[in-house]
Amino acid sequence: MIDYEYLKPKDLEEVFSLLKSYGERAVLIAGGTDVMVNIRNKKLAPEALISLRGLEDLAYVKKGEDGYHIGALATHRMLETSSLVQSELSALYDGASQVGSVQIRNVATVGGNICNAAPSADTASPLLALDAVAVLRGPGGSRKVPLTEFFTGPSQTVRASDEVLVEFEIPSEMGQFGSAYHKHSRRKAMDLPILGVAVSLKIEGEIIRDARIALSVAAPTPMRAMEAEAYLKGKKLSDDVLIEAGKIAANEASPRDSLRGKAWYRKEMIETFVPRMAHKALERLKNR
Amino acid sequence: MKKITVSFTLNGDQVEAEVPSTWNLLRTLREYFEITGPKEGCGVGECGACTVLIDGKAVNSCIYPVAEVEGKTVTTIEGLAGEDGTLHPLQKAFLENNGVQCGFCTSGMIMSAKALLDENPDPDEDEIRTSLSGNLCRCTGYVQIVESVQKAAEMMKDKS
Repeated sequence: MIDYEYLKPKDLEEVFSLLKSYGERAVLIAGGTDVMVNIRNKKLAPEALISLRGLEDLAYVKKGEDGYHIGALATHRMLETSSLVQSELSALYDGASQVGSVQIRNVATVGGNICNAAPSADTASPLLALDAVAVLRGPGGSRKVPLTEFFTGPSQTVRASDEVLVEFEIPSEMGQFGSAYHKHSRRKAMDLPILGVAVSLKIEGEIIRDARIALSVAAPTPMRAMEAEAYLKGKKLSDDVLIEAGKIAANEASPRDSLRGKAWYRKEMIETFVPRMAHKALERLKNR
Repeated sequence: MKKITVSFTLNGDQVEAEVPSTWNLLRTLREYFEITGPKEGCGVGECGACTVLIDGKAVNSCIYPVAEVEGKTVTTIEGLAGEDGTLHPLQKAFLENNGVQCGFCTSGMIMSAKALLDENPDPDEDEIRTSLSGNLCRCTGYVQIVESVQKAAEMMKDKS
């Protein structure tokens, strides 16, 4: 039978002390749209849920001189409706606005989406393509982990059991990139992606100065296609160059066959959507 | 079984409930308060039949831990009609435009639509469909539901 205590700490110090006393027997819960489902499906059987919703001051999106800051408790809906995210971190808008339904987005948090570490997480590729750094806080202090090093496997991250993800930092330089994310799925809503592709580009005249390409459901964890990025850097912009980058990215990916799609199909779709998202990112830069 | 006590505003009334700490809001509404408008369809946040408003925002009450409604304001379909029984424009529009067939999804549809119209009194069809994309209906094919929301929006505009 399911039975757990529901604990509502008021601040991080209290979270740390509860984590210390319960250890592995407790599970952190933010929006709960994954945790509650996993409990119901008996994938989780905690003795205690430690709620992070009391930490209301961790729900923010803001821009400072040192870059963009996104609190781990920001909901997908907050990101979706933020004009800052829409205009300057567009790929994250694309990802956040396509998660679940309005009802889910109203409660599900970006920190939860990342800590849950599903290979299909819709905010993961956008954050990877925006060079996001995760800020983890534990009883001993803070540490910063680039998102490229955050995921260690399906549902696995570097977050230690006594740590809490508190924030994402995005370098201010990323504001000069155009970005876009495509969620490739059968349905327009309430579906997980067959594949997710995020691209961000920095352009000077006709020259691609810098690029990020991130893929979801293309490997055991969300990943960056760094060979394709290196290929693009310094190239003159053309359809051929973008198509070639798509091919390189597809080669870097190691998708699996699953219910939603076959590996070969996912690779072909990477080839298709890397150039398309690059075009969309450039289009947005132009219209800014 | 561990229990918790929560107090919150339910359809305008200040209420308190002592329930098992594992209960979600939907179960508390249905079994403790006998508020049965919100329904359990899937139980995992996919069908929207359990949709209620918390502080004005649409949420799936089936995966919302009841402990989290402490101090908040919850509105269910039971809270929409006036005290004299006058139906809310959305309820009227759904009835008059065949937005209801079997009725199981209806309270969730109307609550999602209410959250939309409160925020955006003049939505286009795309905005209506996006707002209702988390509410499944297996009878209607959605056309009359979307029309009902459009009619309700007109009625609410005429009034104000």
